[in-house]
This record gives sequence, structure tokens and C-alpha cells, in this order.
Amino acid sequence: MLWIKNGIVVDPKNKINLEKMDIFVKNGKIVPESEIKKGDCKVIDASGKLVVAGGVDMHAHIAGGKINTGRTMRPEEMRVVRNIAGKFRASVGRVLLTAPAIGYEYAKMGYTTSFEAATPPVSSLHTHEELDSIPMIDKAALPVFGNWHLVFKCIEEKNIEKLKALVAWAIERSKGFGVKVVNPGGVEAWMYGGNVKNLDDQVPGFGVTPREIITWLIRANEELGLPHSVHLHCNNLGVPGNYQTTIESIKLAKGFKNEKRQVLHVTHVQFNAYSGSSWRDFGSGAAEIAKLVNSMDNVTIDMGQPIFGHATAMTGDAPFQFTLHKLLGARWSNKDTEVETGAGIVPIGYLPNNPVHAVQWAIGLELGLLTESDKVALTTDYPNGGPFTEYPYIMAMLMSKKMREGELKKVHQYVQKATNLPSIDVEKTLYEVIHMTRSLPARILGLENKGHLGIGADADIAIYNLNPLETDFSNGFEKVYKAFKVAEFTIKGGEVIVRNGELLKEVYGRTFWVDARKKVDLEVVMQDVKNYFQYYSLQLSNYGVEERWLKKPERLEVV
Amino acid sequence: MQDIVCTFCGSVCDDGEYDLKKKSVKKFCKLGSSKFAEKERIKAPMIDGKEVSYEEAIDKAVEILVNAKRPLLYGWASTANEAIRLGVILAEKLGGVYDQCASVCHAPGTLATIEEGVPGGTLGSVKNRADVVVFWGSNPMEAHPRHGMRYSISAKGLLVKDRKQRKVIVVDVRPTKTAKIADIFIQIKPGYDYAIFSALRAIISGNADAVPSEVGGVAKEKLIELADIMKNAKYGAILYGLGVTQSRGRDRNVENAIKLVQLLNRTTRWIIWPMRGHYNVVGAGEVPAWEVGYQYAIDFSRGYPRFSPAEFSAVEVLKRRDCDAALIVASDPVAHFPRIAVQHLKRIPVIQIDPYPNMTTLVAKIVIPSAVYGIEAEGTAYRMDCIPLRLKKIIETNYWTDEKILEEMLRRVEKFKG
Ligand SMILES: [Zn+2]
Repeated sequence: MLWIKNGIVVDPKNKINLEKMDIFVKNGKIVPESEIKKGDCKVIDASGKLVVAGGVDMHAHIAGGKINTGRTMRPEEMRVVRNIAGKFRASVGRVLLTAPAIGYEYAKMGYTTSFEAATPPVSSLHTHEELDSIPMIDKAALPVFGNWHLVFKCIEEKNIEKLKALVAWAIERSKGFGVKVVNPGGVEAWMYGGNVKNLDDQVPGFGVTPREIITWLIRANEELGLPHSVHLHCNNLGVPGNYQTTIESIKLAKGFKNEKRQVLHVTHVQFNAYSGSSWRDFGSGAAEIAKLVNSMDNVTIDMGQPIFGHATAMTGDAPFQFTLHKLLGARWSNKDTEVETGAGIVPIGYLPNNPVHAVQWAIGLELGLLTESDKVALTTDYPNGGPFTEYPYIMAMLMSKKMREGELKKVHQYVQKATNLPSIDVEKTLYEVIHMTRSLPARILGLENKGHLGIGADADIAIYNLNPLETDFSNGFEKVYKAFKVAEFTIKGGEVIVRNGELLKEVYGRTFWVDARKKVDLEVVMQDVKNYFQYYSLQLSNYGVEERWLKKPERLEVV
Repeated sequence: MQDIVCTFCGSVCDDGEYDLKKKSVKKFCKLGSSKFAEKERIKAPMIDGKEVSYEEAIDKAVEILVNAKRPLLYGWASTANEAIRLGVILAEKLGGVYDQCASVCHAPGTLATIEEGVPGGTLGSVKNRADVVVFWGSNPMEAHPRHGMRYSISAKGLLVKDRKQRKVIVVDVRPTKTAKIADIFIQIKPGYDYAIFSALRAIISGNADAVPSEVGGVAKEKLIELADIMKNAKYGAILYGLGVTQSRGRDRNVENAIKLVQLLNRTTRWIIWPMRGHYNVVGAGEVPAWEVGYQYAIDFSRGYPRFSPAEFSAVEVLKRRDCDAALIVASDPVAHFPRIAVQHLKRIPVIQIDPYPNMTTLVAKIVIPSAVYGIEAEGTAYRMDCIPLRLKKIIETNYWTDEKILEEMLRRVEKFKG
């Protein structure tokens, strides 16, 4: 039992803003005072300190074939030593981190949950092995659907029951959490050296278009009632002028409704918010996207904020990765994966004095500032935009115009012309930023017990050495940044795992997966699956992941 | 039992039928079937040739390992990921060296990946899409007997429906069994892979003029013909073997081949992938990559991982006499390492974990027999193309698994180290 005394609490889900209050913990959950015996409690004096829920990263690439190929390809990333072996594991990595380092660094920052944003269903056992090797945090993985022949077939046939059954089956087989869609149709086109450019382009070899893939998957996702919505990486990622594709894609959510959450989450929008027609007249389309998202009540986004310095591009968007390789002359790995999907990995870096990078950096911030705080989550699309360990930088930037002014002086001045960032006066409040990093991502993912400190919530708590009542967030940004970098206490499932940025205890979190099989008749699709398996290189019976192979699985049943 | 998974070669066929009564397997190739047939086993744990209990053997092994200044932990290509993970953590805790079989076969491919990345694909991509397959310095008909029919030669796929629709090319220094069934066989002089990749790159990028009339024993016309086939493929695959990684040029050969594939992708689709040998040699590299950042040749003497193939691969460490104990898991370095490396293995206490006796058993102070993955034990392995497959337990055994043995070792080492 734990008694966190006198902290200054910000808990947006429960509409608590800067209230001095006590938090009680029992059996890994937050409980009312009446349920604990104060005498038996370990007491944490949080006087003058900020108490919030543990951070929730809703989109990061932390496990599986892509990041591991990145590690193999980039030994130069592994020279930063973060922890020497001893009571805890050795942990290394600059931006690309080893599995132990991922868990440790999230925990040190007060983050307690992270979602792997893309796993090919056929490789999900690998993804889960890596997730199981990440200590400290709870986790889950999103299987990809947007280029899978079986998905195309169901849509071609306009058979929603089949599509729903396929989705439920595949999420169960991959022990996944939801429906990720990456460059719908474009990755299949890449198998012929192409891509799709338009929502109405036909996918080669199939009678479907990106528009249909997105719409049908939203429909299937909503009829199944999955905790999370469709999670979309739009077409034309990284292409000047792509903000229009993003706008058209967002509009596809119109006509769908869900009481609890968005029906479409569009991810790392920074990479899809470019105006112009080439890298010469490249600029920001962030304002238009933010305006559209603000006008709708069923779409959310995350930033995909670039951080100046090293990064590694790794996405399921294989044709984009090849374009990047050509553009940068950089190393390139590619993974064409059966008849399911593909992926690519390319080392990159963001330089402040490079006009394109400076604009990308500004666009991420524009999205964070111009979009309503209830609709934009904070991410770097780790490691595509850079390290997740710089989330405190983004938090501080969103809260301080002065900090932004200082940073704007250091970057290529093309941003003055190509973006609106210099003229944006918005300063998000602490309450908003805590929402964008806790309660909002938890709500977007459909995690009811995460991201807040209400009764019944998981006791994942971060305490920062920052008195928000005495902090001037506009001017004191350096202090704010430092405070969020290193949590004074990180509490996971009721246990103190980090104290003053030092690891105290190693724990292994749960892996959430969603079981929607009761919502469908699997038989409607199994014959198609069986037929189609002749095109796989393994047996159907050997496809998928059993729960008992995982370290700490937690099944969320959809009924 | 149906759909059992083979734990012999990197093809990891997963369609075997096991007959419990006859204790034999159907559908697998000769190599795979022999693995599933009854074989001579190490009977019991032994210290200095004397039979002991598992606990005694493990206690003694741990005593040796914790007292060593720098133990070498080597092997790992024929065990499951669960055991490999424990092996990596054990090496980390002991301040030892982790190395795996790739360092003497396909590691040059990893070095090439560090230079250029690796534009690859799964075997299912090859089966469904590849209208041109080039086996370069690889000989699946002997080393991976079912590879051709399941994935790459006669495999029936979505776009390439049969053998007639697929052009199979073999590039090798001798007419191999695979060359005999190929549409085109190009015999090259040993050690000229690099030059031939360069010539192909030159021809494809429009610089055929720079290519002499003959390269590595191949006439220019023949190279132009090959370049044309490559350019005109819809989806091609170069599947390379030890002929590329272990001949003159090594990692530079692979790097050059990757550059050729990069170039080809500007106009059509090509992938390149190594034909890996042991059934889980991919896992032996992938697991340490996510645990400690590198695939092989990893030293932990400073408490954190350092990667340096020229220093920390097993052969180099042994040659320098830079280890004072060795744990060999599922491997036979005595049979395969150069004599100078084996000499040092004979000087130091060797602990072996293996289901089967081999040459290394003869020099081992402690021998710990283990269950066979895929037959007596369950676990995860990665096929040569990184596709994960779950190995099955078909029959009961009293042998401990590698995982259990290593778990017990790690538990004891953690106690020692506090
Ligand atoms: Zn992403």
C-alpha cells in the first residue's frame, strides 16, 4: 500500500487541475482512502511536487523486425552506454535503444505504457519476444492490415462480415491490439516498384483503392467495437503537397460515430502535412489539417515531432523508405513480407540549418499548437522523428512561446516563410500537455485504466520535482524541461521503480491484446484464409502466437 | 502429428508429419529426416567423464564460469531463442564474450548490412513474385534440399505459377547439383565475385564500355546477357551463400551485391538474402541485437557490450588465448575451428551443452546433455528469412532443455555476483 501525500495533482480525465490532494494505492490500483490502512502504507511526501499519471506513448517503434534490423545496421547507435551491468541489465543506445534500455528510459522519464505501432501479423511472434524483453512498462502491438491480400479480397467482394472476421482472427493470431494501416495499397504497389498517389488509385492486381481500404477497415473496426480505432499512416508520406491527401483521408471518418472515442486516428501527421510541389517550395500544411481536425469530433492525430539530431526512419511504408534512400544516399534495408505487407529502414538525421528539416520541426510544433489539446497526442514516432527521451522538450516547447522564439533563432530561417510557427502565440497549459501525454493517448487507445488517477486506475504514477503552482511555464522552460526529463518517482502498478532518475526495481509489465472473436463468425472467412495460405511459405496451423508463449499477456475481450 | 517444424537447416520446413510409433518423420528431406530419427545421445551429465546429476554439473560449471576472468560463450545457432536470450544475459553478467556460429559463416553479410543495409524479403515473397532467382555461391539442392520446391525454384506462387515461369540462374565456381537444374549456369573463377558484381553494375548503369572482354572467367557477352535478364525481371532475388561470404572479398562481395540490388531497384524490383545454414542461426543474431545491440562478437568485460569482429569473434579470442573458460552450446567448434583456436580450447575448461556427442565433447570438462528442440522441447526459432516459427515438443524426455539448464546457471551466477 502506498500513500502519496500532499502532491499537486493534474489529472485531466477526472477534471482535476492543480489540486493539492493525496493518492492511495493498493494491489496495483488507485483506491479511495477508505480502502487502506494508513499505518501500513509506505508514504511518499509529494509536497510541492507535481503528481500525474504515468505517461502513455501511443505510437512508437519499440519491438520487432524493423527496429532490430535498425540496430544491426547501425552499431554506431550502440556506443552510448546508459547503464553498466549490475543489479540492472547493461543498457545502451543513442536513439535506437536495446530492449532493456527502452524500458529503463521510459521509466526514468515517468512513462509507463508504450505501444509498438506496426507489426506484420506473420512476424508478430518476433515482436512479442522483443516486447517481453522490455522491462518496466506495459505494452501492446498493432498489426498492419492496409496491404494484405486477404483484406483486399474481402473489400473486393464488399463482404463486411468476412472482413470483420478476418480482422478479429488476425488480431487474435498476432496477439495484437488494433488495426494499423500503413500507406494503404501503396506497399502492395511497391512489390511492382510503384506506389499509389491518390485515394482513388487502383491497387495493382486488385479492384480496390486506398479510399475503399480505409473506409472498409473503419467500418469493420467500428462494427467490431474494438477499443482502439483504425490507426492510419496516410498515403504519400514524406511527399511535398501531401497535406491534401491527409485532409481527404481524414474526411473519410465522416459518417462514422463512436461514443467513447475517435473513429480514425491519423498518426505522425507531421510527415503528412507538407504543402508545395517539390522540396524547393516545400512548406507547411499544418494549419489546414489542424483546422479540419478541430472541426470534426471523431478524428484524433499525433504529432510525429522531429527532434534535431540522429534518427532512424523505419516504417511499413516500403516505397517511401526507398525514396528516402535515393534522396539521402543512405543505407537502406527493405522487408517484403509474404503477401501481407512490407517495410523499410533508413538512417536519417535532422539538422537545424537544413531548410527542409527546420520546416519539418516547425510543422510538428504547429500541429501540436494549432490542434485542440483534446485531439492531438504527443509523439516523435520513435525513432522516425527522433528519441522518445526528448518528449520533455516538446512539452516545454508547447507551453512556452519564449522557448520557441529562442529555438526559432537557431534554425534555418526558411521556416519564417514556409510555416506559421513564428506567429503562433498559443501556449498550452500544463493541464493540456499532461492530457496530451497521458489521458488523451489512453483514451485514443481505449485503455480505461491508463492515463489517469481516478479510483480503479492502474497505479502508474509519475511525480516530478516541479511545483506547478510556483512555476512560470512561459519563462521557466529550462526548469520545466529538466523536471520532466527525470521523474522523482515513477510508480508502476503500485511499485516504486525509479527514484530521482535512478532505477530502483526491475518489473515486467503486461502485454495487452484484444479478443473480438465473439463478435464474429470466424467460419465465414476461414475457407478463404485456408485457400489463401497456399501463397504463404508456412502452414496455417503454424501461423500466430499463443497466449501461453507470452510473459504477461492480458486479454481484453470485446463483447 | 501434423505440421511439425524441422530443426535442421535454415529452411525450417514446417509441414512434417511425425509418426509416434515409428519415431520417424514424413515429408522432410534426408537431412531433416535423419535429425528426427533416433540418434546417439549423450547419456547423462558428466564431469571429467564421470556421470553426475544435472545439479552437480551445473554447480561445477557455474563455479568455473564465475571464477573465469573472461569466459567465452559460443554456439547458439541450433537452439531456441529462449535459450539464446539467457546465454546473452549470462555473458553480460559474467563479463564474458558472446559469439555465435555466424562469425565463421555468414557474418560478412552482417558487415555488409552495416555498410549498406539489406534490401530483402521473406521466402514467401520469392515464392509468389520472383520470376528470376539467382543462387550465387549457394547450393540449396544439397545444403537446403527442400528450399527449391517450397520457396524458390519449383515453388508455385501467386504471380509465378510454376517452374516454367521462373528463370533460375546459378553463379558458382563449380557445377553444383543446383547448377544442374538451373536454366543458366555461370561458372566463375574462385575469388572473382566482387569483380563480377562490379561488371554487372557497370553494364546496368550504362557503362558497359568500361567492362573488359572477360571478367572472372566469364565472357562479357555472357555478363551482358545476365544483366539484361536482371533488368527485365519483374521481381528478382539474389540468394547468396558461403561461396560469396567466405571467398576473397568476403563482406565486400556482399556489399557490392547489395549495391547491385540498390541499382536494380531504380527500374524494377530485386531483393537479396543470405541462405543461412543452421535452423536458428538467425535467432542467434537477432536475440543479442535486441538484448545488447549487436549480432555477434560481443565482449562484456567492461560491463557493457562492445562489438568488434576482429577482436571478439570466438576464433580471434581463442587465437589470442584471451579467454580462460568456454561454454559451448549446440555447436562443435573443435570440428570446425582452425587448429590454433582448437588448441586453446584444449587448454581451458570447456563446458558443453548439447543433445549429441561431437568432437567438442572430447575436450569438454563438463558435458551437459539437453533435449532436442522441435522434438523434445518447445521454443522459438527464426527461419533464414527472419520468419518466426514455434518449435514443437513431440515426445517426452528426461533431458533438460537448454533453456532450463541456462536458467539454472543464470540463477546461480546472479547469486554469486550479488
Ligand atoms: Zn510510426
